[in-house]
Amino acid sequence: MAARPPLTALEIEQQLDSLLDVEFSFLKTAAPAAILAGLERQEQDYIITWVQRVASTNIQLAYQFITHAVDALDSMDKRIIEAWALHAMDTYDQTGLYKALEVIRTVRNFVQLSHERNAGAVFEEQVGVLGHFAHGLSGRKLKLAEAEITYTDTETIYLPPLLAHLPTPDQNFLLYKALVALLWAQTRFGTFRIKLSDQLQQQPEPENFLALFQSLETLRLEACLERELPGLFRDMQTLKTSLAQNNLPAAYQSLAKRLAQADTTAEDVLQLTCEQFGKLQPLPPLCYQPSLQIEEVEACMAKRIEMEKIRVRVNLAKILEEMQKENRAFEQQEHKFDIKKIPDPTTPDGFQIELTLDDQPIAPPEEVKVLSNSIIQDLGDIPDEYLVPAGEGEYDPRVFEDKQQDPDDVWTGTYHEEGAFLYKEWDYRRQHYRKNWCAVREVNITPVYDDFVDSTLHKYSGLVKHLRKTFEAMRDEDRLLKRQVYGDGVDIDALVEALADAHDGSEMSDRLFTRMHRVERNIAVVFMVDMSGSTKGWINEAERESLVLLSETLETLGDRYAIYGFSGLARKRCEIYRIKEFDEPYNEEIKARISGIQPKDYTRMGFAVRHLSHILNEVEARTRILITLSDGKPDDYDSYRGDYGIEDTRRALLEARREGIHPYCITIDREARDYLPHMYGPAAYTVIDEVRQLPLKVSDIYRRLTT
Amino acid sequence: MTARVLKPEEYYIENEPYYESIGDEIEVFEAAYRQKLPVLLKGPTGCGKTRFMEHIAWRLQKPLITVSCHDDLTASDLVGRYLVKGGETTWVDGPLASAVRAGGICYLDEIVEARKDTMVVIHPLADDRRVLPVEKLGELLEAPDEFCLAISYNPGYQSVLKDLKQSTRQRFVALEFDYPGAELETNIIVKETGINHELASKLVKFAHMTRNLKGSGLEEGASTRLLVHAAKLITDDVSPVTACHCAIAQALTDDTEMLVAINELSSSLF
Repeated sequence: MAARPPLTALEIEQQLDSLLDVEFSFLKTAAPAAILAGLERQEQDYIITWVQRVASTNIQLAYQFITHAVDALDSMDKRIIEAWALHAMDTYDQTGLYKALEVIRTVRNFVQLSHERNAGAVFEEQVGVLGHFAHGLSGRKLKLAEAEITYTDTETIYLPPLLAHLPTPDQNFLLYKALVALLWAQTRFGTFRIKLSDQLQQQPEPENFLALFQSLETLRLEACLERELPGLFRDMQTLKTSLAQNNLPAAYQSLAKRLAQADTTAEDVLQLTCEQFGKLQPLPPLCYQPSLQIEEVEACMAKRIEMEKIRVRVNLAKILEEMQKENRAFEQQEHKFDIKKIPDPTTPDGFQIELTLDDQPIAPPEEVKVLSNSIIQDLGDIPDEYLVPAGEGEYDPRVFEDKQQDPDDVWTGTYHEEGAFLYKEWDYRRQHYRKNWCAVREVNITPVYDDFVDSTLHKYSGLVKHLRKTFEAMRDEDRLLKRQVYGDGVDIDALVEALADAHDGSEMSDRLFTRMHRVERNIAVVFMVDMSGSTKGWINEAERESLVLLSETLETLGDRYAIYGFSGLARKRCEIYRIKEFDEPYNEEIKARISGIQPKDYTRMGFAVRHLSHILNEVEARTRILITLSDGKPDDYDSYRGDYGIEDTRRALLEARREGIHPYCITIDREARDYLPHMYGPAAYTVIDEVRQLPLKVSDIYRRLTT
Repeated sequence: MTARVLKPEEYYIENEPYYESIGDEIEVFEAAYRQKLPVLLKGPTGCGKTRFMEHIAWRLQKPLITVSCHDDLTASDLVGRYLVKGGETTWVDGPLASAVRAGGICYLDEIVEARKDTMVVIHPLADDRRVLPVEKLGELLEAPDEFCLAISYNPGYQSVLKDLKQSTRQRFVALEFDYPGAELETNIIVKETGINHELASKLVKFAHMTRNLKGSGLEEGASTRLLVHAAKLITDDVSPVTACHCAIAQALTDDTEMLVAINELSSSLF
């Protein structure tokens, strides 16, 4: 094929005008179009595609993108341009246009010194590996998150979206790794055990003081890493060498030796900083030297320390209570918990704790172990006041228990995402996910105690009997297999035949045994019921009737099943209604909930598929099925309609399938044949033409699906 | 060179298997043996349950008959069955029956894997009756005093479907096993493989890192057995990072991201 001719400036301008809605937005596209005209066709198409993708999010953003992208094109790798555009769109999703424009404008910062150095490592690609890496290191489990500056608040490690200081992706990944390790070392080797904010307040030049402290502290942490992770330390040396940062000034040489001793603490570093402040200039920050966000650290620590103290004391009270239950006499005496330090060279503090009660060692529960490790990490020791069991009613359990927020509460308050499951959503125009886009909550359904279930069973009594019979035949059963090569008993028929064969000289069969074979149905199924407003009336009733019949038959069959309803009103209000969870028995309550299913809002489907796949994946089963009962295509109040909804649902189903779930859709939408094959695949749906047939068909479809 | 052929009930362990006691498990087992109580060994995979059984069999000088249970293991697989030989049926004892006859130690490894109906055949053997009914022969086999029944299971990855029934577990004296402490584990690796102490302690540190990952991506951390494998490779001049990759990381998971992360951990350490 001959190379396509490049587009002219005019053609490009026309394309851009339509993409950027120039008629209404009055943006000037002539200048970028002129620059683009000088490029190869392939590159032109590439940029224009990306403008289109960004424009689907915001036109202003797209305009800024193109004006900056043409400059960046010659200095940046395409992969980096993509990461940059996606980061801008994510920023837009999370914090709005202003911040996103900033990201676009500071493209030069986005890839510092981007000339030649277009081989960066992208956080999003590495976060999986780095996350596991951070978990593997000992101590409190640290989460990873993206931020413009690199620091930790002692619970989360914040890393930049992209690193491109070094010439190759591998080296940049190594830099990420070194950053993670150094931030981990800060939390693990007690950088935050000293209260830096107090010290800084006394200083006339707090910034310089902090810089010097960091230079010295980094030397100490490097020495810690050398002892703890020598392999990584070697790699860090090569990083420094390649960035020419490995020359320690003479004034620092002797200090470094002092700081490298194993028993040096952050306290010593602080003292040294006080001594040297004014005499010694801070070093320029190393490539893997993170910043210190003292305020965030102290806020985070204060909260945790308080909480952990409560938790430990409540746990000790629990231990005491259990002891008293076992032994009545126990109550009469005074008891004293104590902590003994047992030397253990494998921990950074050189000891492990042993919990004793009245000088008798007791095995601490798992939670206490985790807590005390975390406390030692923060304070270096477990203070005595932690060892006083909490008095009765001293703390409000709501303070320390993991908060299970009432989903309704969230909506009575302000508009926020707290306590919700956040799910991504696929934006087909952007060809990328919108991160943490849907706020999903599980909501209880108000049970309605009426005679709906009984009347349904009565109405379909003939069918119910028939269904029971067919489904009973499918149950787990032992079958005696005959004529097996190997088995528990001798198959006399086969043996007689074989002997007769042997007598007249033909070959004797070796299939002489019987064996019990257990046919095991190991199926878990989730029914995902459309509770959108459009189901009002007949459809809703048909759905409820179907669920009653299904539950009856599934009870005879013994398959594990759960039923959830779904409905959405824009992305922040995605709701999953619990009708029957896996471990709930089918009883009056469940029947009343089925009866209480009511039409709600819109049909946002992707989040429901994602959330229910997640639930389904936690169940142990050989076969996992997700069956959707629906009345139409995905559709929601915001932009979730047409192709967007279909593409997101399709993506969610693909994700489910990749996790080993079999999705299936039963719908009464007659137009469904247009879009369902695309969403579910050709053989994974049934369209029912007549609403009234739904209850009759559903059980039958289920039977076909699972045999 | 030919392999030795032995009947299961003739399998005596001649040389002392190396076993480092963590607590008083040896004394407890011996007491249970004298009192004719069956024993249940709990613990994660590769922490030394089977090695402990070998050691006990050597101490008691009894034959050790091990059955690895699987989900198709039937009662006849344990007790015995009729086979056809030249037009006649002959009875063949299963491993459990031969252990009872010989007065040996029968060790049912990973008992929860067996079918539920299989587990109940050990019930009459595991309480004070100590008999094994052989239905197809219409006989009862009474266990001699020397006979001992031990089972093992791993509470770590038991699923809802594969739980040990109360009626089974309440017949046993239970011994809990876990990975040994860092110092002891290092010594075990040194003794088993002859690797130097420094490398062994790094391996143990590495194992702790993978155990930290249990629950956040790994089902199980590296067991002592895997550490021994890695140490053996290292003593045969494989580089530590490669040994950790082949003997530990690949054995723990198939997840590529997790493999990379584990490799990063080992390359940070060595």
